[in-house]
Amino acid sequence: MINRRTFLGLGTVAALALTAGCTGGASDDTASTGDFSGDIKGAITVLTNRTDLVGTTLPEYAKKFEAKYPGTKVTFQGVTNYDDDVTTQLGSGDYGDVLMVPNPVAIDQYSQFFEPLGTQDELKAKYRFLSPATYQGKVYALSVGGVAKGFVINKRIWAKAGITAPPKTPEEFLAGLQAVAAKTDAVPYYTNYKDGWPLAEWNTHRAILGDPGINDKFPADAEPWQPGKIQYIEDSLLFDIVHDKLSEKDPLTTNWESSKPMIATGKVATMLLGSWAVPQMQAAAKDAGADPADIAFWPFPYQTGGKFHANIDGDKLAAVSKNSKNKATAKAWLDFFVNESGFATDQQAIPPAVDQALPQSLRDFTATGVELVETPAATSNAGKEDEIIKESEIDLKGPIYRQKMVDVARGAAKGDKDSFFADLNQRWNKAQAKVMK
Amino acid sequence: MTRPVVATRPAVAAGRARRKIPHSPWLYVAPALILLVTFTYVPVGNMIWYSFHKWDGLDVTMDPVGLDNYVRVFTDEQYWRVFLISLYYFVASFAQIAIALYFAVVLSFNVRFKNLFKGILFFPYLLNGVAVGFVFLYLFQPDGTLDTLLRVAGLGEHTHLWLGDPDIANISLAGTSVWRFTGLNFVLFLGAIQSIPGEIYEAAEIDGANRWHQFRHIIVPGIRRIISLSFILAISGSLSVFEIPFIMTGGANGTRTFVVQAYQTAFQFRQIGLASAMAVVLLLIVLLITWVQRRVLPDEEVTLS
Repeated sequence: MINRRTFLGLGTVAALALTAGCTGGASDDTASTGDFSGDIKGAITVLTNRTDLVGTTLPEYAKKFEAKYPGTKVTFQGVTNYDDDVTTQLGSGDYGDVLMVPNPVAIDQYSQFFEPLGTQDELKAKYRFLSPATYQGKVYALSVGGVAKGFVINKRIWAKAGITAPPKTPEEFLAGLQAVAAKTDAVPYYTNYKDGWPLAEWNTHRAILGDPGINDKFPADAEPWQPGKIQYIEDSLLFDIVHDKLSEKDPLTTNWESSKPMIATGKVATMLLGSWAVPQMQAAAKDAGADPADIAFWPFPYQTGGKFHANIDGDKLAAVSKNSKNKATAKAWLDFFVNESGFATDQQAIPPAVDQALPQSLRDFTATGVELVETPAATSNAGKEDEIIKESEIDLKGPIYRQKMVDVARGAAKGDKDSFFADLNQRWNKAQAKVMK
Repeated sequence: MTRPVVATRPAVAAGRARRKIPHSPWLYVAPALILLVTFTYVPVGNMIWYSFHKWDGLDVTMDPVGLDNYVRVFTDEQYWRVFLISLYYFVASFAQIAIALYFAVVLSFNVRFKNLFKGILFFPYLLNGVAVGFVFLYLFQPDGTLDTLLRVAGLGEHTHLWLGDPDIANISLAGTSVWRFTGLNFVLFLGAIQSIPGEIYEAAEIDGANRWHQFRHIIVPGIRRIISLSFILAISGSLSVFEIPFIMTGGANGTRTFVVQAYQTAFQFRQIGLASAMAVVLLLIVLLITWVQRRVLPDEEVTLS
């Protein structure tokens, strides 16, 4: 008995000690830039999610960098399950010199882990996609390449249904999908419900309103699922697609990898993704013996002021570790990688540097009259939206509530559109009131 | 002649050793104790500590919130409703125990190809849970293996969206769970049955007992403890179902179990405090059930004679 009590006591003491260690105070961040002084020399470690490039393309960039700055050495560490693994690693304090920012890190925590690179005012003349990495005017990370958001479609199938230009309204879009269902054998829209993350693409179209203040207004809104508001426009379209039986028959058994040849060969007509998916679908078409030119990219069917707007944003952000022992070299590598390595062009992404040209597939996209818009991140309400998401457990940036919505829409769960949106409004409202106070 | 000398030496050596390290038994248990404390009590202590805080698992500061997390687990429908999903798995575990018991009894007598059948029944338990998930994902696809088999058997009108139909999804998943874990129960029962001495059956046969009598009066009382253990495992197992629904549906379509919900709360919504509270609640429930079960079925020695 005594023994057991002692062990419990030990456990508690150790737990307290551990948490005390974890709760050590954060250092103050008054300087707008980190201290990058010192010689560009010595070895650095770069954490990357691109395990496919870690043995091929990345070392070539490193070779160029080492030639430019003699005496440096860049080592890469590929992490397969990047977001989860590196988030855990952040807690240990040892996470390389340069790293991709894992998604779960909230914007107001960036200063705890990353070195500030400068103020937004200084850097915005030179770089795109700064807003998602900016907190209180300071920029903590640079995008390594950006993507546009919209529908990946099979042009041949849509043409068979008689539609060759992007629909301008959600109603027109639904009518188009109906025509695809009536005139072809293709599944008009594929949700990729089982893998989940493609459903999160429905959150990325705030630019369609052409309102630069949208990200600040969003968390201030107590009921975003009201007709006419952005969340309603996006989710309502997905709901209607599923409700009108214009999506695959059994969403529970979808498969992302096999969806690529399906759209490439015309078994599926449409998917909502990013421009990054276009080269992948074209490659799938080539493998399946179909024509890669069938794959096209359309904007979200909504116009403001008679014009399409498409969101563009930085895909992954790269930052310098606050705990780096060699910040000068780390910063030099980050600058080199973003500006000179040619990574964005190689990946057909939008280059982060403002003065570099768009890739071909996006030039075709803008040629149809789409304006590419980078929606500025929230400033006065920075970080509030994430807090409401956590508090309400309505994952705007994830698949969970949208899977439920698809279930409701196809009649597999109780309720209809009104009741489901009313419930979302109510849960959001409760959390919003708590967070915004 | 040398015997006395040899005999005295170890005694002296032992005496000296005892004086040097007065608590030598502690030295031997130390590795086990260190491991136990480091990997059991410290993490559990940590978890309990987190459960009284609001923390995202990353921030350097943790805000103490008192009992808020527990209040939320018990009052918010979203959290306690997922316990109802466990009922599917609990009901299924009765089928699982019945199937396992039936085959264990049959295969403990002399049957042709006995070892082959034992192997077949135990095989699913050896498969990795992730592999099982994927195998059944293909089985349950529309026009997948199961639908094809039903059509071949002339039961084409009974095909369903096995995972897509919310009324059937949980039953399909529970069925997968039965398939996977029957082998474990089977082996436990078989081992217990084989520990019953053979003479008892012989004596029973001489007295005119048939197979059913033997089962009812010899086997069941003989393996009572294993059967009751199976029920404890079934209850705690059905409360903590995770990998099968997580891999096959990701908790979508009304198949979210308590542990899947806790996982999503912790890692998708980064509410480590709330998720820890859920885990503590689950731990307490399992402890409570085990305690009640021990009260109802006291752990008495089994005697067959």
